[in-house]
Amino acid sequence: MRSFNYHKPDTVDGVVSLLAGNENASVIAGGMTLLPTMKQRLAAPDDLVDISGVAGLAGVSMDGDMLVIGAMTRHADVAESEIVREKLPALAKLASRIGDQQVRHRGTIGGSISNNDPAADYPAAVLGLNAEIVTDKRTIPADEFFVAMFETALEPGEIVTAIRFPLPELAAYAKFPNPASRYAMAGVFVAKTGDGVRVAVTGAGPGVFRASDIEAALAESFDAGALDRISIDASELMSDIHADNEYRAHLVMVMARRAVGMALDAG
Amino acid sequence: MEISFVLNDEPVTVNVDPSTLLSDLVREQLSLTGTHVGCDTSQCGACVVHLNGDSVKSCTLLAVSVDGGDVRTVEGLSTNDKDLHPMQQAFRDNHGLQCGFCTPGMLMSAIDLVKHNPDPSEAEIREWLEGNICRCTGYQNIVKSIIAGAAAMRAAS
Repeated sequence: MRSFNYHKPDTVDGVVSLLAGNENASVIAGGMTLLPTMKQRLAAPDDLVDISGVAGLAGVSMDGDMLVIGAMTRHADVAESEIVREKLPALAKLASRIGDQQVRHRGTIGGSISNNDPAADYPAAVLGLNAEIVTDKRTIPADEFFVAMFETALEPGEIVTAIRFPLPELAAYAKFPNPASRYAMAGVFVAKTGDGVRVAVTGAGPGVFRASDIEAALAESFDAGALDRISIDASELMSDIHADNEYRAHLVMVMARRAVGMALDAG
Repeated sequence: MEISFVLNDEPVTVNVDPSTLLSDLVREQLSLTGTHVGCDTSQCGACVVHLNGDSVKSCTLLAVSVDGGDVRTVEGLSTNDKDLHPMQQAFRDNHGLQCGFCTPGMLMSAIDLVKHNPDPSEAEIREWLEGNICRCTGYQNIVKSIIAGAAAMRAAS
């Protein structure tokens, strides 16, 4: 790993001022993606700004009808949170299956969504649940946040401070993990609310996306059978050594049916 | 940078470059070579230590980030060869190792598991060991050892 200057500010303002105008600065949260990337020299920041010392960025709370999770909340803490388990069990379950336990003890929700890995789990929940991403400057709706592979609507120097989740009537996440990395080869988050049905797919495409045909079918009838005659277009899905795009398209439908069944069972 | 933390119940203060990994600090600078570096890509789990009581992979952790924290390595499980930690004794009794390279990480993960779940089933143990790879594929006796170690830890508490 190339050497760098290490900073550990204790306020959001301190973080923002260190990042301002410094194109070669990186924020480090849990470091579960950034450190391996730096070890491979795919990233070589001159300045590393550690946000783990900023008070108030970690924790789970309810704000009216919204579940609020601080950006620095670790996957293990989301998985074990009594509030998340009661109010949004699908999210607690998703968090409990990210990576392995040691990764879950370091990795954070803010880091995961800011990185926007096309096979990460959290982006599916954030998009599927129509969450709001709170930054140091503004609030960004999930539909606008995930732009492309490893790219978000965050501006240079802008950091996520919390994610606000509206509570669905029914929700579940089903993923087919790569057996080695545990990243999703296809992961589908389904959520039914008073406004309709949202379905977000991760792992299969170049970035998380909403599956509109699946949403429309489930809006008609929220049961797995409603998806029997639906398929998704494989042409824009990913192919790699683990699975080609046709296989991923098939997996998406299998995971979608499974998620609907889980949501109905849990509800 | 100067950092201070508790290592195996003893306070330590060391100077490290910010790019130093915790695994390198404990092995190279502090000569505690029980923590192994297998893959160096946070997949194999041979480098697992406890940070503030949680199992973490020390090859993917900056040493500077443990400043002010509490770190335990496999050397901190017992003070002498005769008085092993119940989990170490269980690995010994059940031959929970073949070449032994993954064993320090297996022990540290297993103890963290029992902290979360004092009476884990075989399935729960296998799921928890997701982040620990035994390239001898000696999982059968590792799982047996952890079942016995968990029972011994329950009896001791």
